[in-house]
Amino acid sequence: MYAFDFERPSTVADAVAALSAEDAQALSGGQTLIPTLKQRLASPSKLVSLGGIAELQGITSDGDAVTIGAGTTHAAVAADGSIPALSALAGNIGDPAVRNRGTIGGSLANNDPAACYPSAALGLGATIVTNAREIVADDFFQGLFTTALDEGEIITAVRFPKPQAANYQKFEQPASRFALVGVFVAKGADGVRVAVTGASEDGVFRWSEAEAALGSNFSAGALDGMAPPADGMISDLHGSAAYRANLVGVMTRRAVAAAG
Amino acid sequence: MPMDGGIGASTKRREDVRFLTGAGNYTDDINVNGQAYVAFLRSDVAHGKIKSVDTSDAAGMPGVIRIFTGADFEGIGGLPCGWQVTDRHGEPMQEPAHPVLAQGKVRHVGDPIAAVVAETLEQAKDAAEAIEVDLEELPAVVDMKAALVDGAVKVHDDLTSNLCYDWGFVEENRDAVDQAIKSAAHVTTLELRNQRLVANPMEPRVAIGDFNRATGESTLYTTSQNPHVIRLLMGAFVLGIPEHKLRVVAPDVGGGFGSKIFHYAEEAFCTFAAKAINRPVKWTASRSEAFLSDAQGRDHVTKIELALDADNNFTAIRTETYANMGAYLSTFAPSVPTWLHGTLMAGNYKTPVIYVNVKAVFTNTVPVDAYRGAGRPEATFQLERVIDKAARELGVDPIALRRQNFVTEFPYATPVAVEYDTGDYNGTMDALERMIDRDGFAARRAASEAKGKLRGLGINCYIEACGIAPSQLVGQLGARAGLYESATVRVNATGGIVVMTGSHSHGQGHETTFPQVIAEMIGIDASMVEIEHGDTQNTPMGMGTYGSRSIAVGGSAMVRAAEKIIAKAKKIAAHLMEAAEADVELKDGQFSVAGTDKSVAWGDVCLAAYVPHNYPLEEIEPGLEETAFYDPSNFTYPAGAYSCEVEVDPETGKVEICSFAAADDFGNIINPMIVDGQVHGGIGQGIGQALLENCVYDDQGQLLSASFMDYAMPRADDVPFYEVDHSSRTPCTHNPLGVKGCGEAGAIGSPPSVVNAVIDALQSGGHDVDHIDMPVSPSRVWAAMNNA
Repeated sequence: MYAFDFERPSTVADAVAALSAEDAQALSGGQTLIPTLKQRLASPSKLVSLGGIAELQGITSDGDAVTIGAGTTHAAVAADGSIPALSALAGNIGDPAVRNRGTIGGSLANNDPAACYPSAALGLGATIVTNAREIVADDFFQGLFTTALDEGEIITAVRFPKPQAANYQKFEQPASRFALVGVFVAKGADGVRVAVTGASEDGVFRWSEAEAALGSNFSAGALDGMAPPADGMISDLHGSAAYRANLVGVMTRRAVAAAG
Repeated sequence: MPMDGGIGASTKRREDVRFLTGAGNYTDDINVNGQAYVAFLRSDVAHGKIKSVDTSDAAGMPGVIRIFTGADFEGIGGLPCGWQVTDRHGEPMQEPAHPVLAQGKVRHVGDPIAAVVAETLEQAKDAAEAIEVDLEELPAVVDMKAALVDGAVKVHDDLTSNLCYDWGFVEENRDAVDQAIKSAAHVTTLELRNQRLVANPMEPRVAIGDFNRATGESTLYTTSQNPHVIRLLMGAFVLGIPEHKLRVVAPDVGGGFGSKIFHYAEEAFCTFAAKAINRPVKWTASRSEAFLSDAQGRDHVTKIELALDADNNFTAIRTETYANMGAYLSTFAPSVPTWLHGTLMAGNYKTPVIYVNVKAVFTNTVPVDAYRGAGRPEATFQLERVIDKAARELGVDPIALRRQNFVTEFPYATPVAVEYDTGDYNGTMDALERMIDRDGFAARRAASEAKGKLRGLGINCYIEACGIAPSQLVGQLGARAGLYESATVRVNATGGIVVMTGSHSHGQGHETTFPQVIAEMIGIDASMVEIEHGDTQNTPMGMGTYGSRSIAVGGSAMVRAAEKIIAKAKKIAAHLMEAAEADVELKDGQFSVAGTDKSVAWGDVCLAAYVPHNYPLEEIEPGLEETAFYDPSNFTYPAGAYSCEVEVDPETGKVEICSFAAADDFGNIINPMIVDGQVHGGIGQGIGQALLENCVYDDQGQLLSASFMDYAMPRADDVPFYEVDHSSRTPCTHNPLGVKGCGEAGAIGSPPSVVNAVIDALQSGGHDVDHIDMPVSPSRVWAAMNNA
């Protein structure tokens, strides 16, 4: 680990100010950043911990939507249950240590192509609230480890509309247990959304053919034999592009069946 | 009913108290006053010519004490290889130099180029990054067969090729085997890869060098399975330090699985550097370094042919194996694909002629050496897979085919140079069949199919040669070391006992099992016995722990020493009781004279030995301490039958293990609970190999599976609850305890039954798949089912 300065502000405004320093980096749960630092793969001049900011904590449910503070841990989301599919997803991220440290804001800002949360945000049509603006999920995710966040912009909360039915199915990469393929299916007032993580070279994406098929017939049978094209899918040690494309079809059918 | 705490009792592991309460003393827990830290600059390319190493900027950085490069080790010995294989033509293997720090070339990713010693580890790492290495990258040799074509890039320019040796075994059988295969009624052929594995003990390697200027003595604290071997190899072959000026300490060691047998560059470096800078020097591997510097395991590519006559009797086996040595010869690497592999190709079966060809190949990858089972898992896997395939081709029951060909009369001299002293392969198969409810399998398969899954049952047998090994035999086979074991039994004046053993415990439970043996022999409580190991200063020269040898060889040495103790104690007791020595009996810690009420307690005899006021000084010396060295007359041959039942999800290819049963014959057993645990752990590693673990290099020699993010270690929910049975026992005929050793059996015996079960499942679903290479991962199963 290289040396760095450390600040722990207590307000979002102070955090934004602290992050204006050159090569400053926000630290939330640190479940990706700390291992990266320990391996000397990053050398920020300053770490700005978001852990002391009370306004980033907590979950509120108000009728049609659930708003989760960006600093809320996976364990807290898992225990909440306002959106059962979301809580189930959070409860199966990593291991207990990761779930008790890692945060929803940190995961979305990092946008790991195999992380679980991006599929929930995209699948549920969430709105990402930052210190500066609100960004709909369809605009937020912009490829591997890339988001619409500007330099120094901090996610403060994520607002999820409550779905009529939803489910997340993850097929785990055997080593890391990240999603080799994860599919979040949600049926809401505006139709059906199918968001896929782990599979694509472009990161989390919506499988529009499946959404169309499910829009008129929300059943696993509506997807019989369907799978997205293998082109553009990740191919690595753990599975070929064709295998991942197959898994997208299988996991989507299972998610629909489980969503009921 | 075993004596409480004696042989056969499931005594709880006394060492676990300190391991589980954070009171263990691992090498990294040791800090020597004034120690400096070393960071190695390792090659990030697999093959390259070192044109220059410029340390001038780095040397001036904060905290840097000294920077070492290959030039500092000119004229100093390289890391030695402890085994010389002679090839088919009677020529010795090609043996390249293995410098402590790279000289001239780097040959694998992770090859150390320079070492920075600094006041803190972070300073050492900072300076290592500032070293400028001018490296001319060369094409990497990764694929073994490509490495052997004419004109291939050579890993070692001074060798004639990348071929270490071309070994034939038994060469005289070659023509007979060819003939038998030509005239066979049926020949089953299988080509497979036994994939490379990373041992990954929980504790990464650590080395601390310390030099005492006053005495001229060097001390190395290291994570080793065999400190005496390290002392001999490093002292005699690398650094030129005589044993009496070199102490090697391997304290609590957090798992080895073979990877901590070998002498590593970092050990020699820390010992050398400590003297050079007159400061203790400490190195602790990161997990990333472990992936790039611990010797790896397996990595064989094999073609096996099994010939059968019209009655399905095995008539011949022929194999051709390419064995990856990596970039250098690790300490015992040449022995693994030869003497630990070829000698086991008969398995449990009476095949009359066998020919094994092994081509060992240098590549630009991390060196490969023994990993739990070492050669025997590779032999077992190919043999038990080809038998399964033959059974399917012939339409016969796989258990019946095995039983028909079992060796049933002992001793049995195999056509591959070893003699099985005893065994009962039908006995272990009977024990297995009692556990697995084979009759109920059809119903279980139907239930799986009803929920869209395929179900398979896989069976296999195994035999291993362990209790390694008779020194004279292994000497003839190329070992450059003896393989005896030693023990000193020191009885203290008030009757307590310390056993100093050359065996080394790094998870095996010696501190519990060895006292059980002494307690049984003398009839005292096991708590009166303490085991010391791991420090060359207070243990007799021993060869350490690997090859399931500790109880069979080290335990036997301890028994021999204890027998000497008892014989002397009886002389003393006879004197105290004024009786004839021949009439003295020892039972329950009391010496008595047959037919009289005379008796004297163990403790009184011990006290007399050290306070010899009333003592036969004219006949025997005072004191009660004896040493014995034990060299076995043969290997031991544990054997067994394993089964695995799996469910395969045809949509995803995921394999779930429903049940796993193991019936082993380990001969006599000291502590059944510890034996069960050893088998459980071994099967866990075997399932890891079968389903999960895979060490993969790309064609540039970059390690793709270089962390736990990509290298899949088995976790608790990957493995089932095991059923184990050790009731079938044929005691070893040639060691005093009748024990065979149990440490490697699970890892040797389990992979084939898992793969056999998966193939059985796929066949039941109408998929014409007769082999999938390990790991049988979801993507590979799906690809096999879909011809993708």
